[in-house]
Amino acid sequence: MSARRAPRGGVRAIVLRSAGTNCDGETVLALRAAGAEVDLVHLNALARDPARLAAAAILALPGGFSYGDYVAAGRVFGLEIRHRLLDPLHRFVADGGFVLGVCNGFQILVELGMFEVPGASAAARGIALTDNESNRFECRWVTLRAEACACPWLVAGELMPVPVAHAEGRFVVRDAETLARLRANGQIALTYVAPDGGPAAYPDLPNGSTAAIAGLCDPSGRVLGLMPHPERNLMPWNHPQWTRRPPRAEGEGLSFYRRLVECAARGAPSAARTSSRR
Amino acid sequence: MVPPAAAAARSPSPPRSSPAAWRVEVFRRADRDDPAGEHAAAALAELGLPPAGRVRAGRGVLLSPRYAREAVERIAAELLADPVVDEVRIAAPGTPPPAPPSALHRILVAARPGVMDPVARTVEDLLLRLGWRPAAGGPDVATFRVLELSGALAAADLEAAAARVLANETIETVRIDREDLPYGGSFPAAPRGRVEVPLRAAGAEELAAISRRGQLSLSPAEMQAIQAHFRALEREPTACELETLAQTWSEHCKHKTFTGPIDYVPGPGEPVERVDNLLRSTIMRATRELARPWCVSVFADNAGIVEFDRGWDLAVKVETHNHPSAIDPYGGAGTGIGGVIRDVLGGGLGARPIANTDCFFVGPLDLPRDAVPRGTMHPRRILRGVVAGVRDYGNRMGIPTVSGGVWFDPRYVGNPLVFAGTVGILPHAAARKEVRPGDVIVAVGGRTGRDGIHGATFSSLELTEESETISSAAVQIGDPITEKRVLDCLLQARDRGLYRAVTDCGAGGFSSAVGEMGERCGADVELDRVPLKYEGLASHEIWVSEAQERMVLAVPPEKVEECRAVFAAEDVEATVIGAFTDSGRLVVRDGGEVVADLDMRFLHGGVPRVVRRAEWTPPPPVDLGAPRPADFDAAVLALLGAPDVASKEWIIRQYDHEVQGTSVVKPLVGVHGDGPSDAAVLRPLPDSDRGVAIACGANPRYGSLDPAAMAACAIDEALRNAVAVGGDPDRAVLLDNFAWGNCDRPELLGALVRAARACYEAAVAYGAPFVSGKDSLNNEYRIGGETLSIPPTLVVTCLAPVPDVRRAVTMDLKRAGNRLFLVGRTAAELGGSQLLLHLGREGGTVPRPDLTTAPALLRALAAAIGAGCVASCHDLSEGGLAVAAAEMALAGGLGARIDLGAMPADPLPAGFDPDPVLLFAESCPRFLVEVAPPAEPAFLRLLAGVPCARVGEVTAAPVFAIAGAGGAPLVRLAVDELRRAFQGGFQG
Repeated sequence: MSARRAPRGGVRAIVLRSAGTNCDGETVLALRAAGAEVDLVHLNALARDPARLAAAAILALPGGFSYGDYVAAGRVFGLEIRHRLLDPLHRFVADGGFVLGVCNGFQILVELGMFEVPGASAAARGIALTDNESNRFECRWVTLRAEACACPWLVAGELMPVPVAHAEGRFVVRDAETLARLRANGQIALTYVAPDGGPAAYPDLPNGSTAAIAGLCDPSGRVLGLMPHPERNLMPWNHPQWTRRPPRAEGEGLSFYRRLVECAARGAPSAARTSSRR
Repeated sequence: MVPPAAAAARSPSPPRSSPAAWRVEVFRRADRDDPAGEHAAAALAELGLPPAGRVRAGRGVLLSPRYAREAVERIAAELLADPVVDEVRIAAPGTPPPAPPSALHRILVAARPGVMDPVARTVEDLLLRLGWRPAAGGPDVATFRVLELSGALAAADLEAAAARVLANETIETVRIDREDLPYGGSFPAAPRGRVEVPLRAAGAEELAAISRRGQLSLSPAEMQAIQAHFRALEREPTACELETLAQTWSEHCKHKTFTGPIDYVPGPGEPVERVDNLLRSTIMRATRELARPWCVSVFADNAGIVEFDRGWDLAVKVETHNHPSAIDPYGGAGTGIGGVIRDVLGGGLGARPIANTDCFFVGPLDLPRDAVPRGTMHPRRILRGVVAGVRDYGNRMGIPTVSGGVWFDPRYVGNPLVFAGTVGILPHAAARKEVRPGDVIVAVGGRTGRDGIHGATFSSLELTEESETISSAAVQIGDPITEKRVLDCLLQARDRGLYRAVTDCGAGGFSSAVGEMGERCGADVELDRVPLKYEGLASHEIWVSEAQERMVLAVPPEKVEECRAVFAAEDVEATVIGAFTDSGRLVVRDGGEVVADLDMRFLHGGVPRVVRRAEWTPPPPVDLGAPRPADFDAAVLALLGAPDVASKEWIIRQYDHEVQGTSVVKPLVGVHGDGPSDAAVLRPLPDSDRGVAIACGANPRYGSLDPAAMAACAIDEALRNAVAVGGDPDRAVLLDNFAWGNCDRPELLGALVRAARACYEAAVAYGAPFVSGKDSLNNEYRIGGETLSIPPTLVVTCLAPVPDVRRAVTMDLKRAGNRLFLVGRTAAELGGSQLLLHLGREGGTVPRPDLTTAPALLRALAAAIGAGCVASCHDLSEGGLAVAAAEMALAGGLGARIDLGAMPADPLPAGFDPDPVLLFAESCPRFLVEVAPPAEPAFLRLLAGVPCARVGEVTAAPVFAIAGAGGAPLVRLAVDELRRAFQGGFQG
């Protein structure tokens, strides 16, 4: 499979927004800083012309409160995509496209069943992102660890400081088999850890997620969703303790986006690599 | 368990039939956590109700009875419930829900008819978009909440739980162990069209009655001016005209007190001074005299606009939303922030919001329940509600809430204060607006309903025990996502040059928005074009409704279609409702009939100017000396845990202060992210390292003793907070927000005159112009014959550019061995201090900055920070040096050794004990500054001529040690103890 390239040889990314999306600005900046050419597209426009997806290598669903998160976080946007764009989205992923969902974007991907067994019905969904254990919105910096997983552009074992800002980010599973399946498929991509890499308890684990899971990928590794916001850690002074530390050139979140864009530029991971994990 | 007979006896058998709608109730599965239920259980426990077994919280939806069961099941499964964590109960129309497994009390809470329900709207819109329609008609969605309580609860307990914790009966209706939810209800429809109000023949009493009946809040003199105007016209006014005049002339819109003539007696026996226009002669005068070229638009628009960087300007506005927040804290604070965001959206041609601020003033959180006055809510409920309101509106809008504060005083029990601010950024070329005759009036955003009638006039009245019932219509419920859609589309339309002017629909609704935009030309409006949420509104209600999330544009006729298309592309209604004219008249039609026709000159210039009387009698000086706490360690810990001082982390972390990715100095800093920042710093432009510091200052305790000192201190505090993080005082700008009691009382107006004059003096001395402001008067609560007035309260907000964000400074101690310098002079100023509050003493001398030296001090420190000489810096405010130093230590996780004897201080009056003064006085401006040894020479060079002395050093051992003026050990505490005291307060 070949990667879709933008004119001038870059990677083209679409940042999808709708009513209540509110991290689109920093997501566009992050992808641009990482080298992509970025189009910010409203859901209505993409639903009218789904072929635009075919010209992109990356689809990003940014954070926010889509449709107010009324009923449940990401529920309404998820249903909108399910009924207006699901086939084009599945085709995009099957053709080697990369999908990134951050915070509300992750909640939408979960609603869409992107991390489920292919073909499973909506009612059979095995995972959910639900109210934080504290029953509060939590805005704080946490530490993520990339796990050994199917996602080709994460570096296993690497730690990344990032902020979370959500009320419904607690990852739960229907049953133990679901968690086992996610593990077996290499889908557990990112976990919350203590700043030194040790096990996380509140507030390092900000929401009470099962197995401290912060982010998942699909079995192909090209669809990644996470609750924290790497696009809010692009600059050297975004880190909450930058005034205590030696000067540095950039925030850790920038390399996160850079690797995504580089990986999308190289194309999809080899079939051998993904299949070996199954 | 209440026996069924008792349950039946508690209300005279109302109709108990279930609503004629499908009912879907969604609960967490029994084997899952139910955080909302646990939250409710905790709130009930706090209320002292007998413990309920388990409380389960559910969300309910009512749907059109014309749906087939399969359709309802699908809606429930795919939209309303989560397949992993939720369980669903469905009941057919007219039938009660399936009985829960065990005997339970059920409390149902639903919105009253006409109250906005954004969840129902969202569900309904989605069902229509998906094509999931019933056999006939619309989905007709309504929502409700369910709480199921087990345990031995009496009817009275359940009613108390509903009234005090679970519901707000001003906007919600409650069913206890009854299933007859309201559905499809409506309110009595009012007739449309022209209604004349016979006024010309009315006597004084009749005029007063007309004003009172119509909730017009017009004074006798104003009613007489209107009467004379219409006598001259030889006709009666219409309801619409009277409403328009009442809104436009309201204290809220017109600021009659601040801009009217005042006869001021500055002291007993002194001659009367005539102050013609307090605003123009103080606040605006400072701005005029300073004539800063970077002030682009001040006191002229919805927001103040100043130059920032690279062709971008900043727009800023702070508003109060006090009375609505008293009645419905959640909705009132939410629409407060929603309104001030719209002010910034309507500043110039529209600014993109980059930050919000919020300052709350509430009663003591430990107020005994039986001390809560009738008709008011407990301060805890108010504070939780206003925090949640700001959180849910600001977070959904994607605007970081970065700066603010909370102050506590018994005098705010009946009348809490809620200040909300927004900063926005806009291209310099978009900073000005104009309306031309012929421009089309386009209303965009939310639809108009009966919500928020008379907000402007309501806010100009005092609150009483009845306020929550008579003014329920004044409460608006916000829908931030509608406002976010407006924001997204408005900025696209702005950048494509599709309109010439914009303003928000705030107080007074269309009447104020169109009336102000058309002031210099004229306007024709057709009310039958206005999209309504529902039928049944009278013409004047459409005209003055303060339904939220609406803006008005002046669009050149040739651009109307393109403009509408921009909004339509994202499902936002944009409706032509009229045109601006050159008639000089405000003409309103409904169905072709003229319902209002007013001369703009009379509308905007006809309000009679009434001379008000103001007096100032200084309170008798009470010399308390400097009382010495029995135990300094205990006093330091008590002050760290005092409500005004203690950590507000539980609030700050509920606000998304990181969204937009621009945060440089966060509201909480330090090793554990628990140190309270002096100000926030943002870097709003992706291609520039220039930042902006956003800071606040306020201290109502000073205001009671000396309003002039309070005003100067608030300005100094806002400025020094901005300087402490790296803000440039030479380019700082200020906003003033006064909240006062009833200024018909000469002594309160006298206090206002003193405070405003002090604002002028301080602003000129510091060289910091005011660019925007607002006053909210009549903040009192009347119960029976007694009036509870708030203390004079002034919130000053400061915006200051940070020349290079890489030089921004945080307040956490950085490194053992660094030196600590005290910058600024300490005087025997304990009046209004946290120490005296702690000791239960009132009186003393209030701090007041020395305006001849303070500005140079701020500039010298700013230069040292700009030169990179400062490792950490914290301003000294409530609690003085003790609190500032302790906060720096706990934030840095390091110890400090401080010697009070080394502090620069004024000679103390005879008999004053130096230790409490040096440790706890709140003299200003002062800072505690950490400097690394290599930077010390440069630091001292830059601070030359400023009171500044080395008072101690940072230590690796986490011990907080202070030596008294005589050199003897005075305080010795572990830094962990400091942290526990600081964090030990109310946690929400």
